[in-house]
Amino acid sequence: MKKYFIPLLAVTTAMFAYAPIMIANAPFEASMGLVSKIFYFHVPSWFAMFTAVFICGIQSAMFLFKGKPTADRIAVSAAEVAVLFGLMGLVTGPLWGRKSWGIWWPWDARVTIALILELTFIAYLLVRKFGGPGSEKLAAALAIFGMFNVPFLYMSVNIWRTIHPKTSVVPALPTGMPGPFWFSVAAYLLLMTLLIQLRLQLEERRAALDALYLEEE
Amino acid sequence: MLKSLLFSAALALQPPPQTEFVPANSLPPSEQLPSAPLLVAAYTFVWLAAMFYLWTIWKRLGKVDADIRTLQQRRGSGGGR
Amino acid sequence: MFAKVALLVLRKDVVIEAKSFEMFSTTLFFAVSCVLVFAFALVRDGTIVADAAAGILWIAIAFAGTLALGRTFERERYAETLRALLLAPAPRAAIYVGKLLGIVLLLAVAEAALVPLVTLLFSAPLFARPLLLAGLLLAGTVGFAAVGTLFAAMLVRSRTRDVMLPILLYPITVPVIIAGVRGTAALLEASPDEPVARMWIALLAAFDVVFITLALWTFEPLMTE
Repeated sequence: MKKYFIPLLAVTTAMFAYAPIMIANAPFEASMGLVSKIFYFHVPSWFAMFTAVFICGIQSAMFLFKGKPTADRIAVSAAEVAVLFGLMGLVTGPLWGRKSWGIWWPWDARVTIALILELTFIAYLLVRKFGGPGSEKLAAALAIFGMFNVPFLYMSVNIWRTIHPKTSVVPALPTGMPGPFWFSVAAYLLLMTLLIQLRLQLEERRAALDALYLEEE
Repeated sequence: MLKSLLFSAALALQPPPQTEFVPANSLPPSEQLPSAPLLVAAYTFVWLAAMFYLWTIWKRLGKVDADIRTLQQRRGSGGGR
Repeated sequence: MFAKVALLVLRKDVVIEAKSFEMFSTTLFFAVSCVLVFAFALVRDGTIVADAAAGILWIAIAFAGTLALGRTFERERYAETLRALLLAPAPRAAIYVGKLLGIVLLLAVAEAALVPLVTLLFSAPLFARPLLLAGLLLAGTVGFAAVGTLFAAMLVRSRTRDVMLPILLYPITVPVIIAGVRGTAALLEASPDEPVARMWIALLAAFDVVFITLALWTFEPLMTE
């Protein structure tokens, strides 16, 4: 996997460098004008976040039930990256929303679920750091519970509120927008993969360090 | 490994169900904000966040490497195992 | 065998509790003070903000429940009985179920006192549809306790247990709180909205099934060192 790193880095950098050009050239979305260009940062951030959450959940299950330490390392890396992209989404969202809906935080379904998911994974990181012995397993359980919670969150929060653009902006995009949009999504997913890999390297080094410490004793 | 990551990513991206785009509410002129600063702020934040995260990984990696080197030195000079 | 062990664990907790009523009385009075604090925050000119009665009831249950969860396992840790329990030749999941039943029982008794109190203080007609309300409370409490018991059991050896439990528990139990409050609010309306309340009970029941299953599934690997 390491040998993919350099090409991956090159491709991601290239895509991110090109993205602003594509975005600037994309047609304006009729009702919102310039600010809707935030869409190219906002939605792909959430794609990346959900993917990372999914990865974390699956790897957590594998760690908890099969005991593979690599699964735990991938899970923690994915969780950190999920929190990162979630933060991007939670900041770009209100910036967009303030302009288009008039309020910073509309308390609607999507936004609230996103916040709760973000809090769940921040809790994951906190419990790993401060949870005492056995906290990796507890964090893994939390990730699994978090994943299973999503449909319930969706149902309950949805019935509770909704003003967010309805679930699918994407197929209804005016011509000229899907191109840059999917390009951005691909760029973000590549970035996510890259960051998880980097973070994973850190975990593997730490594991090596632990092994050295154990040899000392 | 990379393949499985990308595969799970593909799996996670289910096509969303279909409804139309809901346009923005029209606001009174006093409430309207200039868009450009918001867009710039969003873009800047995304870049800063990504850079910050990379920096934290780099710092932590540095610390772990330093510890590894210390341990290896100790082993080298101490027991010569 | 499974049921026997679970009931034994429950009986142990009930017997210990019956000697001093420590957990029960403190949990109950904590819940009451919660209700008071929120009342002072939300009551204006003698009348409460609409729907707040439902919210206050469930917040009091959530907060009191969190404390009770922490202290149930604290007791085990203090007497070092948790290890003994785990070493016993009993299916571990049965221990979880026994503890869960204990917490649900404790909260149920607290709720039995809280509901009349909230009804009284806020003129909230909580007894309009007592069966539906009971269903809502039961399903919600079980859901909350199911997740909480698991997390509390795992956090027992952690120094930061008291603050970590809410951090972990609240994001996961958001659907329970939403369902509980909205369901109770539906029942508190001038003409109680029964279908809505039933819908929320159904959601809570589904939540309970899914999360108890998950907890049973993960309890074993979690508690293994």
